[in-house]
Parts: sequence; C-alpha cells; structure tokens
Amino acid sequence: MNKTVDADFLALPLAAVSDAAISTAKDAGASHVDVRIEHTRNGFLSLRDARPETQSDESIAGVGVRVIVNGAWGFASSPEISVDVAKKLALTAVAMAKTSKPLSTELVSLVAEPVYANQMWVSEYEIDPFAVSDSERKDRLADLSNRLLKSVGVNHTSAHTMFVKEQKHYADSYGTSTTQQRVRLQTQIEAISIGEHGFESMRTLAQPAGFGWEWMGNKHWDWDAEIAELPTLLAEKVAAPSVEPGRYDVLVHPSNLWLTIHESIGHATELDRAIGYEANYAGTSFATPDKLNTLQYGSKLMNVTGDRSTPHGLSTVGFDDEGVAAQQWDIIKDGLLVGYQLDRRISARVDRDRSNGCAFADSPAHVPIQRMPNVSLQPNPTGPTYDEMVESMEDGIIIKGDKSWSIDMQRYNFQFTGQQFHRVKNGKIVGQLKDVAYQATTTDFWGSMKVVGGPSTYVLGGAFNCGKAQPSQIAAVSHGCPSAIFDKVNILNTVAEAGK
Amino acid sequence: MISAQDLIEKITSAATCDDCIVVVRDKTQANLRWAGSSLTTNGVIQERSVTIIAFVAVAGGMASGGVTLTDITFDDIPALLEEAITAAKAAGPAEDYAPLATNVSIGNWAAEHVPTGPEVFSTFAPALGDMFSRSVADKIELFGYSEHTHETTWVGSKGGLRLRKDSPVGRVEMTGKSHDRSRSTWAGVETRDFKDVSVTDIDVQIRQRLEWQGVKVDLPAGRYDTILPSGSVADLFTYMTWVSTARDAHEGQSVFSKKGGGTRIGEKLSNVSLQFFSDPEFKQLPASNFVATDVSSPFSSVFDNGQSIKRVDWLKDGVLQSLIQTRASAKLTNLDFTPLGENLVMSVDGASGSLADLVKKVDDGLLLTTFWYIRMVDPNSLLLTGLTRDGVYHVKGGEVVGATNNFRWNDSPVSALSRIAHAGATEWTQPREWAGDMSNMALPPLVIKDFNMSTVSPGS
Repeated sequence: MNKTVDADFLALPLAAVSDAAISTAKDAGASHVDVRIEHTRNGFLSLRDARPETQSDESIAGVGVRVIVNGAWGFASSPEISVDVAKKLALTAVAMAKTSKPLSTELVSLVAEPVYANQMWVSEYEIDPFAVSDSERKDRLADLSNRLLKSVGVNHTSAHTMFVKEQKHYADSYGTSTTQQRVRLQTQIEAISIGEHGFESMRTLAQPAGFGWEWMGNKHWDWDAEIAELPTLLAEKVAAPSVEPGRYDVLVHPSNLWLTIHESIGHATELDRAIGYEANYAGTSFATPDKLNTLQYGSKLMNVTGDRSTPHGLSTVGFDDEGVAAQQWDIIKDGLLVGYQLDRRISARVDRDRSNGCAFADSPAHVPIQRMPNVSLQPNPTGPTYDEMVESMEDGIIIKGDKSWSIDMQRYNFQFTGQQFHRVKNGKIVGQLKDVAYQATTTDFWGSMKVVGGPSTYVLGGAFNCGKAQPSQIAAVSHGCPSAIFDKVNILNTVAEAGK
Repeated sequence: MISAQDLIEKITSAATCDDCIVVVRDKTQANLRWAGSSLTTNGVIQERSVTIIAFVAVAGGMASGGVTLTDITFDDIPALLEEAITAAKAAGPAEDYAPLATNVSIGNWAAEHVPTGPEVFSTFAPALGDMFSRSVADKIELFGYSEHTHETTWVGSKGGLRLRKDSPVGRVEMTGKSHDRSRSTWAGVETRDFKDVSVTDIDVQIRQRLEWQGVKVDLPAGRYDTILPSGSVADLFTYMTWVSTARDAHEGQSVFSKKGGGTRIGEKLSNVSLQFFSDPEFKQLPASNFVATDVSSPFSSVFDNGQSIKRVDWLKDGVLQSLIQTRASAKLTNLDFTPLGENLVMSVDGASGSLADLVKKVDDGLLLTTFWYIRMVDPNSLLLTGLTRDGVYHVKGGEVVGATNNFRWNDSPVSALSRIAHAGATEWTQPREWAGDMSNMALPPLVIKDFNMSTVSPGS
C-alpha cells in the first residue's frame, strides 16, 4: 500500500510557487486566493482483435490561480510551474477579476472551512499502473482478448484500459495546504459477433474504480470467469428474440443501475445546476431548492448518500479543490429529498454554513466547480440476495451492464439500454432478449422501486467520463448500489423505434 | 518556456530510433461564463502539449510508441525518447504501418504562437453587459458562455517534416429564460475573432423565441415533419461522421457495412441531391491541408502525419462516396485514402433560403431549437436517441402558432438522409451538444419527414 505522494511531485517547488501566487494576489487586492499545482498522468491502451490500436501516455501539469477581488472571480493558469510564473498568474487573475467586475452583479463569497495545514493524503491502491511495463499491460489485454477470439461465434474483440494518477497541491490564503495523490483504472473488453443478424456485441461488466494495476488480477474482479462466460452470453443474445415492447417488472443489476443513479439522482442533486448555474450547458434540475425536505423522490425504500470518502471511490479524496475535508451526508432519506451537493461558493449563495466538499477541477487550466461526489443507493440491511430477488419475480426482465444513456436537461425523462437482458418467468431465468431499452420519468421510476437488495448484492460502479461546465471538464465518480426491482417499467423495442 | 521549434529540433536530432515525429500544440484561451445575467466564471488559459512519437523497426515490421507531456525541458529529452521507444517495442509491429512522409514543409514554421486573451472581448463584453441590463429590466435571465481559442500546431520529424497550422476560433452561446423559467430558448454564434458577433442580433433572436412561447400547445409523441436548424443538423451528422470509419464498415461493424461483406459505398442514401464533404479550400471554413495526429486510432494514424488532405466527398449527389481512412485501412479495404478533414460541409442542390423560409414550407410540423444528450442506441441502424431542448414550436400552415412540449426522440441520421422534405441554404453553424468538439461546420437547415418523437419529456 502506498502511503506517500510520489517523490518527484513533492520535489516541485510547491510551497514557494503557491506562497508567491498568494502573496502577490493579496498585495494586488484579492480577498481570497487559491492555488492548485497539478500533475495528472493519463494512460490509455486499446487493442483491436488482440493487437494494439491506440496507445497514449499523457501528462498534464501546471498551475491555476483563482482570486476574488471586490466580489468577482478571476482565474489564470499556465503549464509552467515556477515562482515567476505564479506571480504573473496572480496578477493576471486579479486583472481578470477587475475586468469582469462590471459584468458580475452577483457578489461572490465563500463559506468558512477549518484550516488544514500541510496535510497529505493518498488513495488506497497497491500497484501504480505506470510502474507496470507497457508489455505487461498489453500482454494482459491480449491474453483476455485471445481467449474470446478462440471462441465460436466471436468474430472480433475490442479491449481498452485507462489508468490515471492524479497529484494535486492546494493552498489558499486562509492557510490550508494539502498535497494528494490518487489512482484509478478502468478496463473493458468486448466480444463482437457478425453474421446474418448484423453485428452484436457484449462487454465485460467490470467497473472502473480507485484501484491500481492490482485490479487486473483476479483478486478484486474475476476476469477469468467473466471472459469464460462472455461468448456463451453473446451467442444467446444473438439468438434471442426481440423484446415485445410494453411494461415489465425489471430487476436492475448494479452494473446498470449505477448509471441510472448517476443521471437521475447524481446530476439532479447538484445544487449549482438546481439554481441555474449550468442552464446553458449541462442543464438544470427538477429538484429545485424549494423542494428540499418535501419532494418524494422515490419509494420509502430509497436511501441515497453522497460522500467523498468511500474506499476505492472514484470521487474519493482527503480534501476537495477548495480545501474542504471529505464528508458523507444524506441526499435522499426514506424516499425524501433531504440534501444536495455543495461547494463553498454555492453554500454561501444559499446561506448554508459549510460546504460538503464537492469542488473539483480536472486540470490546472480549469476553475474548480461543484462536481459529483460518490452518490450511492444504500442496500436494505435485511434485504434479499440476488438469487432470492430473481426467485421473487413472476414475470420480468433482468438488466445487466450499461450501454446507451440519455436524459433531459432537467433530469426528468431518461432512456437506457444495457449489455444483457434476461427474461424471468416464475422465478426462473428462461433466456435472453435483445433490442431492449427502458424509458421513464425520474420520480416515477424511483417511486416504482419495490425491492431493494441486501448488502450481498451491493457493487461499486462508476464512470471516468462525467462531463460538466464550460470549458468542459471531465470527472470520475463512483456509484454504489444493490440490485433493485422496479414495478412495470416502460420497455421499448429499439428496432421498432428505428421504424423497421 | 522553450519555443516549439527549438524543442522539435532538439528532440528529433537526439532521436536514435528509425524515425521520430514531434507534435507540439500551443493553445491560449480566454473565456467568460454567466448565469442569471451575471458573470460566474472566467479564465485566461495557456496550455501546451508535446508529443514524442518513436518509430522503431522490430521483427515483422515497424512499431510506434508515444508519450505526451504538458511542458518539458531539454534535460527531459533523453528519458522521454527512451520511454517512447520502449512503448514502441512493447506494442510490436504496427497494423497501421505505412511509409512516413519526409521533407515536407507547410506553413510559417518559424513564427511564434500569437496568444489570444481577454482583449478579444473588448467590444463584445460591454455589449454583453448592456444585454444583461436590458434582460434584468425585462425579467429575462441570461445564461451562457463565450470562448476564444487560438491553437498553433507544429509537426516536425527526424525525416524532415516541418509543418505548422493555426486554428483561431470562438463562439458565443446564449440561453434566455423568462416567466419564472417556464420559457427557455438558445442561440449560438461561431466566430474567428469576435469582431463579427452582434449581441444585438442575439438579443433579438432570444426575445422573439421567448415571445413565441407565449402560446402553449400540448402535442403527443409521434412522427412529425420536423424543421431542424443547421446547428441540429450539425449535431446529428457529427455523430454519423464519428461512426464512418472504413475499417469498421469493411469488417461488418457499422451502419455502413454491406450485408454479405464490404461497405455500402456507391449506395444512394439520400432522396435529394445532397453533398457532404470536407475541403481545406472551402473559403468560409479554413482548415489544415495535412494530417497531424498525436496517436493512432480508428480515425487516424501516426504514420500518416504530414500526408496531404484534399477535398473528400463523403456523400456526392446523395450517394455514399467515401469513409474515413488511414492509409493502412485504405489498403485493407482496397479503397482510396480519404482522411478526415478539419471541416464538414453539407449542401443540397438548388436549396436556398433561411430557417424562416423553411417554416413557410411546412403545413403541419415542428420547429426545433436544439438537440441534447444524443447517444447511440443501435449501431446497426445508427439509431440515436436524444431530447429536444430550449424550445419546440408547432408550425401550422407555414407559421409558428405556439410552443409545445419537449420530446425524447429516437431516429437515425442515415435514415433521415432519405426523408429530406426541404432544405435551406448552407450556413456556418454551431452544433449545440458537440460545440466543444466540432467548430468548423457549414450545413443547411432541413425538414425531415416523420421524425420519431418517441415520448413527451416534461423537462423545460
């Protein structure tokens, strides 16, 4: 287990650069200054039919300086990490704040947070993926791909792994100074069948998580078992009947439900978008602040938390990008909307006492904004196992794995597809279906949740690529959830939707 | 910061591998963002990326490997070259191998990057402030974003490539909401330098659309003759472009795969004489005439760096003409090398007139403002799903008669090509969803027959 931030990042003049920016900006009139010095390394490798197609190893480093002058923001960044550049950035940011003041009728202020001096935090991982050789990474993906290619009915494969190491030093004019390092990894492998049916695919259900290369062994995820069963599942899907559209009970597996949570709860409970800050781009939310503590979001079985502390969570940190310590809180309790995601500015805007630590910037070139924490549906402590849930269904569909997703700008109307759709009759799985999509309105869907699985069904899912803000920013986020059964969900036939 | 040219000279002269290409991108940007008619964030951004691509002869062929960093010093060069060489050797012989271009010079190699900055907004920002003031007085809330970016790219190689291109581009996006946010509309403008941006015109458009929403008409889901503004056409056909790689089609993994093998090139896909092409000579949308890529992918190959880009007709007279190729995939598919250019232009022969002129041609249908959250549902048919956003209008007898609800739609751009009822004049336009990804597009507004509005969305 790593316990310290890498020496090469600590060798940078972190304190000297941040001190220079802070003192220069304060001298120039800033009432608040925060500085981020970052180095993020993104690795990517994709194989097509077990042979390398794309390989990249990209490092992004630099300094971002954000200030408040007379209640207006200013920001400047540079890829050069030096004291002289930091001073220039501080002056540019102050000038930008002064220039923008006439257009800033809303005075910016931040809620208070205790000062955390000289803090260090490192995420839980064992093997730095960048310490693994290029050959080892390629060989692992090629081996898994080749096992699929040897199977009858698999014509092609596609495999990729993405791995990130993020290092951040944050300092602000109140005295907080944090240095953090976290690692994450995502691998997906897809088998493709081509024939009279056109082309059909099936992808692994392994989720991205805050692990290192240890994720690619079989200790945390059983790759051997999943790869072994994928060709059979794909062949079943190819031969499966096309779904008859209509309303079905659906058992949504965590490998699919995480994305529904992300889109219909995660984004909907971002307070900055609920009050309009994302109205031009990412959108707004039906869950407006006037509905706090009154909106019945879903059934009484629904308990959703936000946190930045779940082990191996993709949004997990020690401190956010405004120096706020990681926390956990309720977002939905017994089906009722009770909480939001906050940063320091939005907290002040709505007269909250404290931020719950959701500020994040994906690069030194971008300003921190409110980004999603790990938003998770809690299991029923005494809930059923997955097998018990299947046995309880008289007539329905099990949905596993994510594929297509789309939701409107107020987070009402969504449509999702998946990787696997298993037909259940009288408590037994009787085969797969294909061409399935489910479509619903957020509160109707969560209101129809009639069974929540127990702790044994809980899985931490998530995404590397959540987009928000302009300029566009990307964030990684986890969503834990159990399996859950929903009553009479609208199922579409995607071939019929295409008019065929 | 070391100049891009010096970096490239040092790296390529130090490279001991068979060849080495270095791509340096210097980017500067200024941006403003607002909500509730008040500025919320802003930024002055400077970014650099330096990509070193090593080419190494290995058993069975030539390998490539790359490493990209934000900024490097001369002292870093030996280790980075070694990293790139190690990555190449690990990858093994490249499937996308093709002989590297040598001794090609394009552009003003020696010139420095000309940074953009907040001064680009010198006339725009005061006009925006005036629009804020007017909007507050009239109880209209404004939300939006403006950005100006200048990116300079240098591609140099051990084999004598010395290529340079500049891409200045900007945009304004404006969302207007009124009547306690029950009405919402959007306007987008592309620009090179903000000198041609008329905030007054944006204001007029926002106010007209909000006014149109004074009359509300509830409409059910169904298939409608639908007027797509050029920006929505851009969003739809951007997605089609992203699935237009020749190798996927050749291997049976694309909507452009022919049943029984091969591609659908030569098949008539549109009911009208429609042209869809990329052309570096297209005057309104200046684009680079050479390939510059940091990594190999289904869309491009590092081996193709420096190859010339000429006009490519993707559809000619409504017939599928070309799919995106690397030289390696062109060889595999036995088709011409047709690299993806930096602009996309669509036109319909004989079409003229504006969006307003198209409205007059529709007896009973819908007029959209924008699409949103477009995703693939079925790659076999390229069935996409998405939402309408910021204003859907009911058109009767050639006139807008009121605003209606938003819809979730499920339809395919490939299918839509064969259902074009009317088309307007081609115009430089801004996609909504893909505005940050695609900035060099000229397309016409179109009327698509029987567009599939799958369900009503309560979002507004």
